[in-house]
Amino acid sequence: MDHLLQHLINGLVIGSVYALIALGYTMVYGIMQLINFAHGEIVMIGAMVTITCINMLLGANVALPGILLLTIGLAMAIPVSMALGYGIERVAYRPLRNAPRLAPLITAIGLSIVLQQVATLIWGRNYRPFPPILEIKTFEIGGAVITNLQVAIIVLAIVIMAALFFLIERSKLGRAMRATAQNIDVARLMGVNTNTIISLTFVIGSALGAVAGVMVAANYDQAHAYMGFLIGLKAFTAAVLGGIGNLGGAVLGGLVLGIIESLGAGYLSDLTGGVLTSSYKDIFAFAVLILVLLFRPSGLLGERVAERA
Amino acid sequence: MTTMANTIAGWFGAGKQGQHAKLQLILLTVCMLVLPFFLSGTFASGNSWVRTIDFALLYIMLALGLNIVVGYAGLLDLGYIAFYAVGAYLYALLNSPQIAGYLPVWMMNPPLLVMLLLAAAVAGCFGVMLGAPTLKLRGDYLAIVTLGFGEIIRIFMNNLDRPINLTNGPQGINNIERVSLFGHEFGKPLEIFGLQFPMVHQYYYLILAFCALIIFVSIRLQRSRIGRAWVAIREDEIAAAAMGINTRNVKLLAFAMGASFGGVSGSLFASFQGFISPESFILMESVLVLCMVVLGGMGHIPGVILGAIIVSITPEALREVVNPLQDMLLGKRVVDPENLRMLMFGLAMIIIMLLRPEGLWPSRRRKDELHPATKRITKQEDATLDEAEREHE
Repeated sequence: MDHLLQHLINGLVIGSVYALIALGYTMVYGIMQLINFAHGEIVMIGAMVTITCINMLLGANVALPGILLLTIGLAMAIPVSMALGYGIERVAYRPLRNAPRLAPLITAIGLSIVLQQVATLIWGRNYRPFPPILEIKTFEIGGAVITNLQVAIIVLAIVIMAALFFLIERSKLGRAMRATAQNIDVARLMGVNTNTIISLTFVIGSALGAVAGVMVAANYDQAHAYMGFLIGLKAFTAAVLGGIGNLGGAVLGGLVLGIIESLGAGYLSDLTGGVLTSSYKDIFAFAVLILVLLFRPSGLLGERVAERA
Repeated sequence: MTTMANTIAGWFGAGKQGQHAKLQLILLTVCMLVLPFFLSGTFASGNSWVRTIDFALLYIMLALGLNIVVGYAGLLDLGYIAFYAVGAYLYALLNSPQIAGYLPVWMMNPPLLVMLLLAAAVAGCFGVMLGAPTLKLRGDYLAIVTLGFGEIIRIFMNNLDRPINLTNGPQGINNIERVSLFGHEFGKPLEIFGLQFPMVHQYYYLILAFCALIIFVSIRLQRSRIGRAWVAIREDEIAAAAMGINTRNVKLLAFAMGASFGGVSGSLFASFQGFISPESFILMESVLVLCMVVLGGMGHIPGVILGAIIVSITPEALREVVNPLQDMLLGKRVVDPENLRMLMFGLAMIIIMLLRPEGLWPSRRRKDELHPATKRITKQEDATLDEAEREHE
């Protein structure tokens, strides 16, 4: 168990990324009781746009410090993702708000395929390396290693989450969002423009997704057109684990899932005597999802029990 | 002969439409029987077209299985391809040297019907395994969990080459023996009455037979007590339960039935292909089968068959058109037909759901549900009102 601290650190880093994406799922779910199936694709496109942007700047021999290049890349990717989030809501969800529940799910799956295929058309099927613009420094804490990038990811995630909580709990917009989530008809009667609020929810969630996408790409040094599916699914699991519709729950779920996954990947082989290896890592998210839905469908922090189908 | 045709037509639900429908059925049967010879006689690449049709038939079986779960019972299953995989791997394990050393000899190479029944049963068990814990879930939760289930199965097939080499991992299983029937091994050339039957033709008739069986079972199921119970649950679960339907068991049965269709189809796939690997059972395949059901018309058997044919033949047609077209116009290949195909299906799913949610060829009931006949009724009401007014005057 000598690597325990290291696994915990790795789990926290990837967990805070999951938490950011899970916030996007949970916000949309809280308002519309629907899963945004195309959210994972937004994460992927955020990462790809940033990488392309940085490569273009590097290709043009722009001599800027790495952190500035990254900021410019992010500043390009966030609006693209926001626009996509807005588009997804307009195309897949708004026209079908009164349709049977299956309908928006299917349009969202269709959109997710379209985004994935457009991404393969633009960026190809291969892995895109993350340009090595950041100067990686490592620190040692109690035998475990943490990089400045990992610290930055955790800090940035905390800052963004704090800003989001402030927005939702303290601002007028946040109050309108909460009202819409509680009862959309009454919110409309109170003078809330619920259509705008729903659009904004998608847009804010997409911005978080884009940032998270860049974090994943930077952390693993790569991105590719099919990455959105798995990471989206894991983040969704995190949202369910924490209690879907609950912002604090999404953060908690993300961190818990990240740590479970990291510890699982680290110790699975030892625990099962080499029968199951770390290649089963991706199964953890699914197993956690199924177990949570079986035994505590409202999640760790959720109060509302899942309604009938 | 006519009595037999009558009975068969009756089974397929054509009894009431009279002689006309029976004639159509006989014509269709004849067409289906001569189709492979027509194809291989007409086109230079005829045998590859027969191969495509073979796959289309397999996809029809798959789509009809998913149709039970999605179309009849209204449960969105995104991991359906897992049952296809279960059937395929079961066939491969029992009919190849892969794990022959571990199994007693009597278990190897079971007869075709035993094999397919076994595949249906095992896949059905997997269906219950998936269904049991997920029954209480709402539509979108269910979609995600089934998706996860499909991925779990695939990850296991990818990694079960250690500690015992069960599935041979990502390399897949090779040297799968073909089906044998009445002492004849498919894959060996066959000559009947001077007519040559290449391998793809032999499999065509085999798969066609099972496809017809599955269509038959689907139709009978739809009209049965169970089929009506499924529709009742789809429309309103609480009302269905109030009417005395045991919703849990009936939903489980939908999962099991759908899965068993997938299992049979998967076994035939493995024997036809002679080689399988986890690559054939990725999420995109589940989405493709879903696309067939949605495109054709959820819950309507002819619609689903049409959907399956369109979706499975499009890539071949695209390959014939897109690459030459690009060579001609651009001089290089920019767009991969595979890419284009998925893009088209994604768009088709969106457009269908937005503009024609009942699918290309819906059942009348579904159509009425989704487009309430308000206009017709208002017109009728207008007419009666006009009449009443005139009488009043």
